[in-house]
Amino acid sequence: MAEKEKNSNGVKGMTVIVKTISSWVKVLIFLFGIYIILFGHLTPGGGFAGGVIVAGSYVLLMLAFGREFVEENLSLPVASRLDCLGAFLFALIAILGLALGGSFFVNFLYQKYLPGEALNLISAGTIPLSNIAIGLKVAASLFLVIFTLSICCKDFKPGTPVNGKE
Amino acid sequence: MLYALCFLLFMIGLYCAVVKKNMVKIVIGIMVMEYAVNLFLIMLGYRAGGEAPIIDKGHLESANEFAKFVSSSVDPLPQALVLTAIVISLGSLALMISICIRTYEKYGTFDITEIRRLKG
Amino acid sequence: MSIPLPVFIAVPLVTAFLLPVFSGLGRKGKAVATVLANLVTVSLLVMAVASIGQFRVYEVGKWPIPLGINLVLDGLSSLLLLAISVVSAAAMLFSARYMEQYTAKAKFLCLFLLMVAGMNGVVLSGDIFNLFVFLEIASLASYALVGFGCEHEELEASFKYMVLGSIGSIFILFAVALVYGNTGSLNMAYISKAIQSSGLNAGLSFAMALFVVGFGLKAALVPFHAWLPDAHPSAPAPISAMLSGILIKTLGIYALARVVFNVFGVSVSMGWLLVALGLLSMVAGAFLAIGQGDFKRLLAYSSISQIGYVVLGIGLGGLIIARAGNSITAKELAWASLAILGGLFHLVNHAVYKSLLFLTSGSVQMSTGTRQLKQMGGLAEKLPFTRATCTVASASIVGIPPFSGFWSKLILVIAAIQAHFYWVAAIIVFVSLCTLIMYLKVQRYVFLGELPENLQQSKEAKNSMLVAMIFLACLCVLMGLLVLVPSLRSHILNPAVKVLTDGLEYSTKIINM
Repeated sequence: MAEKEKNSNGVKGMTVIVKTISSWVKVLIFLFGIYIILFGHLTPGGGFAGGVIVAGSYVLLMLAFGREFVEENLSLPVASRLDCLGAFLFALIAILGLALGGSFFVNFLYQKYLPGEALNLISAGTIPLSNIAIGLKVAASLFLVIFTLSICCKDFKPGTPVNGKE
Repeated sequence: MLYALCFLLFMIGLYCAVVKKNMVKIVIGIMVMEYAVNLFLIMLGYRAGGEAPIIDKGHLESANEFAKFVSSSVDPLPQALVLTAIVISLGSLALMISICIRTYEKYGTFDITEIRRLKG
Repeated sequence: MSIPLPVFIAVPLVTAFLLPVFSGLGRKGKAVATVLANLVTVSLLVMAVASIGQFRVYEVGKWPIPLGINLVLDGLSSLLLLAISVVSAAAMLFSARYMEQYTAKAKFLCLFLLMVAGMNGVVLSGDIFNLFVFLEIASLASYALVGFGCEHEELEASFKYMVLGSIGSIFILFAVALVYGNTGSLNMAYISKAIQSSGLNAGLSFAMALFVVGFGLKAALVPFHAWLPDAHPSAPAPISAMLSGILIKTLGIYALARVVFNVFGVSVSMGWLLVALGLLSMVAGAFLAIGQGDFKRLLAYSSISQIGYVVLGIGLGGLIIARAGNSITAKELAWASLAILGGLFHLVNHAVYKSLLFLTSGSVQMSTGTRQLKQMGGLAEKLPFTRATCTVASASIVGIPPFSGFWSKLILVIAAIQAHFYWVAAIIVFVSLCTLIMYLKVQRYVFLGELPENLQQSKEAKNSMLVAMIFLACLCVLMGLLVLVPSLRSHILNPAVKVLTDGLEYSTKIINM
């Protein structure tokens, strides 16, 4: 408890060293997650693994700075909307396959418009787009799950209602 | 032989999920069972002396190289199945943990022998 | 008119992704969300009626069959699609007014539509891993929906349901892995072809045992029924109707019948196993239901008993086919077809009247605030419509002519007697008598007798709930025509029966498409 009061701006969290380093490292982890999502059709990983890494970067921020700081950064309704947007984009790609190609999930970009060369970033049609949609959805969902689970306080008495829960 | 060890891990998870009295331990037992099944599924695709099923520039140079790659790589289909199964078990785990936490708030204990309001 | 098959799965799924956006927008947002969800379920009903009796195979992404995933619509799938859409349309209409008692209604609608999308996927899938994925989608949505109110009992029931359901799903995944390891393909038609040419080895027999345990857990057959009497009463009434009316049948019985009859081929031991499980469920469910004091718990045990009827009918048909082997005569094929017709018709009937019973219990609970039978009484003059629909549903489930339940039980008894299984017919009649006792108990405690003082203020249910209940009650009366009118029978019921009696020819039909 004494360490928390010694912090410079009085926000809950860890010491100054941890806060400084983690705010730099968080950006690198976020970038690494985006790399895994974008190159999902060339290297192992793809939408799900990249999404988990992006959510992990926000968890690092939550551990170092405290939950309220992250809530100002990326609030719950915004994350919920991003979640629905990601899922909707994925469904949109499937339906565009029906409209332009004749069957759900047809890789219409590869077959008609934009074949690209193999093993480049722009290749394999709609697969990178699906990866981006899935990455967005998984990152937002996992962030929401861990954020909602962390609302339960560590030292509460059973039976008393906890603030901020519905 | 390795498949038998996988089955042993599955049985350990099943024992833990059935016998233990703490809710969190039951959840851990179910997760161990899931890991055992995922491990079994990946081991099915193994080919002795195989390599990872990732194409790179060297494999696309000639048809011969490509045929050699196809005949020596491990089966990629179980890997896609395991990816799906891991995502499903993640969703299931999140739901189970949140129900455990909410039950602790209402009843005050994690012990399932004391959470017995529904009887008959 | 030929609707592309993924539309059945995509429409509820996309709407489920749109609905949580409405959760923060206040009363108008909730009203828009409710109207949208109801439109989706009614349009699914219209599409299901439009695709009766077709046989289609749809390749997703235009990948040819062994490489890609395909969706198959045959007789059994279209019968179950019809049942799913009828029950979900009625339950969604009921929940428009009933769920005003709970908070977070938009999230309820989102989870409900996810469950419907998952069930449609299970019924349409032609690939065994795809069946597992959609089964998990529907199961996870139902675990969350059972504990929706977040009270003490609901959370306990949801945890119990979730642990047992997860163990069942893991068994199913293990069995799918064993099947893939032994046959090298995931498509149900190709697996069937491989099993026909190489026969059953130890791995495949173990996989079949695991499938029976896993799907039996989902269907609440008797050794695996422990979650059902806790989960069904604690859930909100429209969710109890969906769970008992259609979820345990789609995830359990449809999947089991598809895997046993079309993929592996039914053998004599498997037929006896299904008959034994069915008899055990019927008798145990009926005995345990008579002594219950909670309205919905009694209905839940009665569900276990009626699912026993369905499994008994299907198992009896399979046993007759398996005993005759390759040299089956036309007479034995007719007996097997009659038994399977009785089982499948009972499945559809039970979906309609059990969901109606749960909806009436929800209406009673909303008016009186209690589920205990001993605290109710004399509600006949306060809740006239609820009383009328509950009486219609009880008469159906007991088996009084001319309601629908009578015809399906009659067909099962005739099939059992024709195939010389006299003791099975005697047990069916005995369990029907036990069902009569338990529903007479319900009628006497809830509607007849004296009105206690604290219930003098009870009011009848509101409009949308009444429309849903009256719709299902009319179906109860009219469903007898499905079997009596020959053209309806040959369009709707006979293709479903033919899929199961043809058994292993499913694979040749799909491969030659």
